[in-house]
Amino acid sequence: MTDFDLTQPETHSISELANALQSKSISSMELTQLYLDRAEQLDSKINAFTSFTKEAALATAQQADAKISDGNNNFATGIPIAHKDLFCTLEGNTTCASKFLENYQSPFESTVTQKTNELCLPMLGKLNMDEFAMGSSTENSFFGPTKNPWHLDYVPGGSSGGSAAAVAASLTPWSTGTDTGGSIRQPAAFCGISGIKPTYGRVSRWGMVAFASSLDQAGPMGKRVEDIAHLLNIISGFDAKDSTSSQQATEDYNAGLAQDISGMTIGLPKEYFSDQLDSNIATAIDAAKSELIKAGANFVEISLPSTDAAIAAYYVIASAEASTNLSRFDGVRFGHRSDKTEDLESLYKHSRAEGFGEEVKRRILTGTFALSAGYYDAYYLKAQKVRRLVLNEFKVALKNVDAILTPITPTPAFQLGQKQDPVTMYQNDIFSITANLAGLPALALPCGFAEGLPVGFQLLGDHFTESRLLNIGHQYQQLTAHHLARPTALV
Amino acid sequence: MDATTVKKVAHLARIEINEDNINQYQDDLSNIFSMIDRLEALEIHDIEPLNHPLEMTQRLRQDTVTENDQREQLMQNAPEKADGMFLVPTVIE
Amino acid sequence: MEWQSVIGLEIHVQLSTKSKLFSGASTQYGAEPNTQTCQIDLGLPGVLPVVNEESVRLAAILGHGINATVAPYSAFDRKNYFYPDSPKGYQTSQFAYPIVHDGYIDIQSTSGETLRVTIIRAHLEEDAGKSVHEGQKGYTGIDLNRAGTPLLEIVTAPDIRNAKDAVEVMRQLHMLVRYLQVSDGNMQEGSFRCDANISVMPKGASEYGTRAEIKNLNSFRFVEKAINYEIERQIDVIESGGTVVQETRLYDSENDETRSMRGKEEANDYRYFPCPDLCPIVLSPEWIESIRQQMPVLPAEKANDYISNYSLSDEDALQIAQSRETSKFFEAMMAILPSDAGKIAANWLQGEMAAMLNKEDIGIEESKISSDALVLLIERIRDNTISSKMAKGVFEAIWNGEGTADEVIAARGLKQISDTSVIETAVDDIMAANMPQVEQYRAGKDKVKGFFVGQIMKQFKGQANPAVVDQIVTTKLKGE
Repeated sequence: MTDFDLTQPETHSISELANALQSKSISSMELTQLYLDRAEQLDSKINAFTSFTKEAALATAQQADAKISDGNNNFATGIPIAHKDLFCTLEGNTTCASKFLENYQSPFESTVTQKTNELCLPMLGKLNMDEFAMGSSTENSFFGPTKNPWHLDYVPGGSSGGSAAAVAASLTPWSTGTDTGGSIRQPAAFCGISGIKPTYGRVSRWGMVAFASSLDQAGPMGKRVEDIAHLLNIISGFDAKDSTSSQQATEDYNAGLAQDISGMTIGLPKEYFSDQLDSNIATAIDAAKSELIKAGANFVEISLPSTDAAIAAYYVIASAEASTNLSRFDGVRFGHRSDKTEDLESLYKHSRAEGFGEEVKRRILTGTFALSAGYYDAYYLKAQKVRRLVLNEFKVALKNVDAILTPITPTPAFQLGQKQDPVTMYQNDIFSITANLAGLPALALPCGFAEGLPVGFQLLGDHFTESRLLNIGHQYQQLTAHHLARPTALV
Repeated sequence: MDATTVKKVAHLARIEINEDNINQYQDDLSNIFSMIDRLEALEIHDIEPLNHPLEMTQRLRQDTVTENDQREQLMQNAPEKADGMFLVPTVIE
Repeated sequence: MEWQSVIGLEIHVQLSTKSKLFSGASTQYGAEPNTQTCQIDLGLPGVLPVVNEESVRLAAILGHGINATVAPYSAFDRKNYFYPDSPKGYQTSQFAYPIVHDGYIDIQSTSGETLRVTIIRAHLEEDAGKSVHEGQKGYTGIDLNRAGTPLLEIVTAPDIRNAKDAVEVMRQLHMLVRYLQVSDGNMQEGSFRCDANISVMPKGASEYGTRAEIKNLNSFRFVEKAINYEIERQIDVIESGGTVVQETRLYDSENDETRSMRGKEEANDYRYFPCPDLCPIVLSPEWIESIRQQMPVLPAEKANDYISNYSLSDEDALQIAQSRETSKFFEAMMAILPSDAGKIAANWLQGEMAAMLNKEDIGIEESKISSDALVLLIERIRDNTISSKMAKGVFEAIWNGEGTADEVIAARGLKQISDTSVIETAVDDIMAANMPQVEQYRAGKDKVKGFFVGQIMKQFKGQANPAVVDQIVTTKLKGE
């Protein structure tokens, strides 16, 4: 372990922070205050937070210090964290970065934040995102876009853009995000950090405001694989409140990180390495492959033929589920209510029109049309069939390989405000949405830079093989330093 | 996707769209559905649809009352309320 | 032209669970607005449903009760529509895969025949909240206490041909859900509600006419009146050259008419699709069978047993059989009494017992006379210790805690005189003292017999066995 440097806590891993707290080199109050100060200083540039919960954070830090003194603490007790602003928290507002929920206070706590609260992880604040997690740039936020800490004119990715940017800029040691079609992995790649979308059902969805229920999955984001493995240990597990939560036993996700990966076979799906892949990304991924080969892994080409159809299926399913998940935002019981409410119909229509941003409305309309009379079979039913094809193809491929390596995005981060038509934006999700359709775990790792902007790759595995993916990822990070690079734009 | 369809869908979704924006929605939705229409070409009749990746079965909850009166907290976000009820403009049945 | 009406029913039954279909909030009726709701019932952001086990069990019981298939695989869908009493903007309901399907019930039709009505399906769904229109000027109040209460919607085929039969179907199902303790069936509180689909076609035609749906009929009387009104209305429409529109109509009980809800329903497109927050309900054949094994004998079957074992009338048998508690009481009595006492036991249950329970407004399970105590009383009637008339007083005394039948009889000195030699002597004496009347009788004036019976009963202060007295007087008067 390196000596603990009080002036630069952000250079340390989670276990180093934990050791420092437990050896009382630093208190949780001090550590929390350091991050709050840093965030206060830098977030005006990045806009990673939708709100800070300073007082509550310090109160929790005080409790954490007491626990540590009493020896009543857990490994991570006292390490501050920040949560994507679609986890319901009793503390502060829960806005989903939407005008509709601008002042919404949840009367209950999400399971994920409940778990971090129970361990006394001080919550620094809530993190910016694309409204209701719809988007891949964090530009669709009522609170304004988050900037990429590596280049403030570029997007951090999305929808968990605040979660990724806050970690990259060391405004928090780690964070939570959610991933419906790549919303953890794509911003992780754009911001040069690590993040994992666990197997569907691994982390409870209770209190996580739904975008597309059968695709949504929460996961940890941090600098290192070992950091996110710690957070996955905390937030994963069965939850009786979520009917789709898996009862499969959890593992200690840090336990196997050090294992030798030699002899492992990694598949490279040819459909993911087409001409549309940015050459800088292709080069960076080639370098990553070489490192993994050094570590003893073998690569084989595989085929996932339904990849192209998957993007269409994904947008049908995600929009259809979203269109009805968002019906509860009607201005009756909570949230925005328009002034133009001469009757019930106008209350509904104006409240929703005013409360939702353009992308959210577009998805609701897309989903509504896809489910409407006469179109169900052509769209929704067919999409669910493609979904089975995608899963089957993965299952077959994963019989012969231990994991699958693919790019996360066809291109590096793009410039803020670079107006793109929705379909082009959607097409960019092609590499990330398949893991959600099939419910597979997918780990995003940084692997270099393209003109100063981070790029990454992902490792996909069979259901509940998070440990193996993290093992491979950790071994990769033992050989490389991309995950330790710090954005210079901020200094 | 014609303007009538856009209006119909917006009505189903209870989203007010003003006349100036209809063209934009028309274009966007037409583009989105022309991308989605690639599903049409697929011949996949004999495949079972997949609703959930893990295909779990429903867990059943014991029939016990676990919630008590939380009206105050639950209604704290209500835009308009009176006498313990949420208020909406008069609905005539 | 002669017209044939065609009717199908959709009956919403509130299941008698303690908590809601998808949440742990109470289902108790009548609480202050929104005090029996939780974040799930209110559809707040971030909530998720988990299915109540008891609602599944009750659905399976009813499924067996209507001779239906209890589905090993059923699933919830979302029915999407905006309405303030539907907090999520959709109702979670079983559309594609109902938990119960393909059953039937038999009713006694007005035609005199048994009518078998097919039950197409019965599916689980959540109830909506209530809109309160009074009290808030310019506003409607929304109370979501009822939102999420489990409902079973029972859908019949259009097998019914007139309003009376429709009512009979409803009565049968109402009796059944209460008998099976699937629902309290309280119609005032909305636990049992009916929608009727009605169409008319020329008599003898094979193709049904366009149907209208009449919503929310919450009493047997309204069902009959609304259906009859609607049949007449549709015939009028057709005969005056119009066509019946497929629509939803509301029954207005004050004016006894149905009114169109058109306009409101026009643009409905429910966009059903599988609810992604829930998984399919998979029931093992063993579990389904175990529920079947635990089923009580159904009223119709029980009534048949009563008729063949105890010679009860159809009506008595059904009356007793359709209440689980009454039939339990009756069967406890018949476990002691010989089978030829069935009729008298039934009479007492339907007569004195029913009247007393009614008077005190209690159920038979709270009766102050046990089945054993009533058996003893009936035995005393059958062995001529007391007359049926005297027994009524004894019944009241037992009810009021004055002791067993024997104790009351002894205490009140009610023991009936059945000793024929004592009665014969008394008859001889009275005849000797009233020879002119004896002569009148013998001359054919039958009525005079009453005089002698009266004299004897008077002499024995009513405690002589009237049947024995009657028999002796007749024999002696006839001089046989």
